[in-house]
Amino acid sequence: MSISVMLMQLIKGLGVTAEIFFLTLIFSLPLGLLVSFGRMSKNALVRTISKIYISIMRGTPLMLQLIVVYFAPFYVFGLKIPNYRFPAIIIAFALNYAAYFAEIYRSGIESMPAGQYEAAKVLGYTKAQTFMRIILPQVIKRILPPVTNETITLVKDTSLAFVLAQAEMFTMAKQIAAKETSIMPLMAAGLFYYIFNLIVAFAMERLEKALNYYK
Amino acid sequence: MPDSKKILLQIDHIRKAFDGVEVLKDISLSVREGEVVSVIGPSGSGKSTLLRCATMLETMDGGSLSYLGEQAAFEEDGKCVYVPKKKLREIHKNFGLVFQNFNLFPHYSVMKNIIDAPVTVDHVPKKEARERAEKLLLQLGLSDKADAYPCQLSGGQQQRVSIARALALQPKILFFDEPTSALDPELTGEVLKVIKELAKEHMTMIIVTHEMQFAREVSDRIIFMEQGVIQAEGTPDEIFHSSNERVREFIGKFQS
Repeated sequence: MSISVMLMQLIKGLGVTAEIFFLTLIFSLPLGLLVSFGRMSKNALVRTISKIYISIMRGTPLMLQLIVVYFAPFYVFGLKIPNYRFPAIIIAFALNYAAYFAEIYRSGIESMPAGQYEAAKVLGYTKAQTFMRIILPQVIKRILPPVTNETITLVKDTSLAFVLAQAEMFTMAKQIAAKETSIMPLMAAGLFYYIFNLIVAFAMERLEKALNYYK
Repeated sequence: MPDSKKILLQIDHIRKAFDGVEVLKDISLSVREGEVVSVIGPSGSGKSTLLRCATMLETMDGGSLSYLGEQAAFEEDGKCVYVPKKKLREIHKNFGLVFQNFNLFPHYSVMKNIIDAPVTVDHVPKKEARERAEKLLLQLGLSDKADAYPCQLSGGQQQRVSIARALALQPKILFFDEPTSALDPELTGEVLKVIKELAKEHMTMIIVTHEMQFAREVSDRIIFMEQGVIQAEGTPDEIFHSSNERVREFIGKFQS
C-alpha cells in the first residue's frame, strides 16, 4: 500500500473521528448543564439521582460504557435497532462527557458571588433572565480552562470507538498497521491527533482572549 | 417633613433571626415621600439586615412590610407571609438598592449595565432607555465612561454607575447599604456628593452609613440602631445632641 493510499484512508477515518468529536460536544455541553442543575437541585431525590449518574459515568471505563450502550438494547431488551453502531457511540460519549461537564459547570456556577444574584433580583430580573443574562456568560468565562482540558481529552478518547469496530481514525490505523505489519500508520494517526488538538487548543485560546475584555 | 406626604415604606414589628440569634427585634419604621433617613449604629447592630429585609433579599421571620400602601408581607399566626410572586414583582419596582460593593455586572459595559434592566425587565424601548441612561451619566459625571467596563473604573466611579443603574428603573425609594464602605476617603467624597444632590432633588432615600457628618448634613431623620432595636430616632440635631448616653458615646467616637 502506498503512503498516499494509507493517508487517504486515515483522513477518511479522521472525518469520522471529527464527527464523533463535534456531535459529542453538541450533545454533552447542554446535557451537562442540565445534569449540573440536577446536582444543585433543592429536591433531594433529583440531587441524589444526578450524583449517582455522575459517579457511575466518571467511575467506570468509557470503553465499557460504549459496549453497554451498544449491546444492552439487544441483550437486555431484545431490541434490534438498525444502523445503531454510530448512534450508540454518540450516546455513550455524550452521556459520559455530560457527567464531567456537569461538575465543571457546577464549580463555575458555585463560584459566582452572591452579589450578582442579589443585584439582579433587586433590579427585577426573573430567575431565568438572571441565569441567562448575568450568570451564564460569566460562568462560561470562568470554566473555559477546564472545558479546554476535557475537549482535548475527548479528541483522544474518540479512539475508544475502535472497541465497537467503528471506522474512525484509530481503527483504520490499527487495521492498516496489522495488514502492512508496519507501525507507520499508527504514528501517522498519532500525528493527526496531535494536529487536531493543536487546532482545538488554538481555538480555545482565541475564545479565552475574546472573553478577556472584562475581569 | 409634613405628615401630608404619602407614606412610601411602612415596616411594622419585623423580626429576623439567623441560627437562633435575633438580629432584628420588633423594628417599626415608616418613610414618607421625599424623606432622607439615615440608619447608623455599630457593626452587628442589624442595620444592614433591616435594609435587606426591606428590599426582600432576606425573608423576615415576622412583621409586615408594605410599599405605597401595597402589602408585600404580613404576619399571620406568628409567621411572616409574603404575597404571591407576581405581586411581589410589581412591588419590587418601587425601590432600588445600591450595594456596598457595587455588584455591577462585569461582562456588561457601563451603558449596558444601566439599560439592561429597563429594557429586559420593564420593556422600555432601547432608544428611550439609552437616552435616560445618557442623562443619568451626565448627571453623575460619567458621560465619557459609557463604553467602559466596570473593571476599568475606580471604586467611586463604579459606585456612581451602580447608582445610575438603580435610578434608571425610576424607583420611588432608593436604599443605600454602606455605599462608601468599600471606598477610600478621596473616592468616598464623590459618591456622597452624588447622594447629596439626589437629596436636593427630594429623592426618597434610606441610607445605612458610617459617615456621621454626611448623615448629619443629608438626613431629615436619623435612626440609631443597636442590638437589633431602634435605640433612638430623631432629626440630626436631636441625635447629635441626644440625651441618650449610648448615642452620645457612639457619635463621639466618630467626632474625635
